[in-house]
Amino acid sequence: MDPAGASAQTARADGSYSLRRNHTGQDTIDEITPRAAHLRWRYLGLVFLGGTAGTALREALSLVLPDGRLPLTTLGINLLGALLLGLLLEALVRSGYDAGGRRSLRLLLGTGLLGGFTTYSALATDSALLLHGGEVGLALTYALGTVLLGGVATGLGIVLGAALHRHPGANG
Amino acid sequence: MTPLLFLGIACAGGVGAAARFYLDGLLRSRLGGAFPFGTTIINVSGSLLLGLVTGLALNHLLAPEWSLVIGVGLLGGYTTFSTASFETVRLAQQRRYLAALANGIGMLAASVGGAALGLWAGLALG
Repeated sequence: MDPAGASAQTARADGSYSLRRNHTGQDTIDEITPRAAHLRWRYLGLVFLGGTAGTALREALSLVLPDGRLPLTTLGINLLGALLLGLLLEALVRSGYDAGGRRSLRLLLGTGLLGGFTTYSALATDSALLLHGGEVGLALTYALGTVLLGGVATGLGIVLGAALHRHPGANG
Repeated sequence: MTPLLFLGIACAGGVGAAARFYLDGLLRSRLGGAFPFGTTIINVSGSLLLGLVTGLALNHLLAPEWSLVIGVGLLGGYTTFSTASFETVRLAQQRRYLAALANGIGMLAASVGGAALGLWAGLALG
């Protein structure tokens, strides 16, 4: 919250990492306790902003490409989001501690944007509606297919994130 | 769709995402981080509620605008597929295959069951 005061504190009650100025005048990270990040307004605000943008993108795509008998737009959104989250989190975890700007990026783009872009309740409710309509085979194919393909997309994203970290220049 | 309704859906999604972040952090601090209970509880509860909202909307007990703001916005942003999938893959990477299966297929079965229950309740209320 206050950059000037942050470096003087050693252990904040909200569990965020703390900075201490050592004798050379440089800031050093004392400890990283990510547990209580949800108690900080700044982080909640980042997740809100990302979630708003992600939901807007999801709704805009649904308006341009409305779901037919099978919710293929929702499927595409969930697979794309899973791939991008795998990529983002793997690239971030390989680049260093989950702190400072790296954590802000994870909360804004990962928890917020991609978390709000993808959705589980629509997957479950669309499957329940297919079951309700007696289309048991279609419901099972859609639900299980989404989860299995989602795992593949996430794995692919993780591989891409690792490659991006090894060759950061190749992709900018 | 009016711009105001679109904005309402988007902001409700932001509120849902913030609620997910808060609840996940709270559950993680209480239950530990060994198994991602937070995402499971969030997705199952959100699916139950979306089933209910959908049932009520089909019954004309909820205005279409509100069903979009609550269903597509709030509950769409509250629940998440990408994090669930990521946590499943991470569990599999740690060779915790049973936990990965529970997180992948177990969450799906519980969420579809929850949505069916909510749908049934929403349709029965009419």
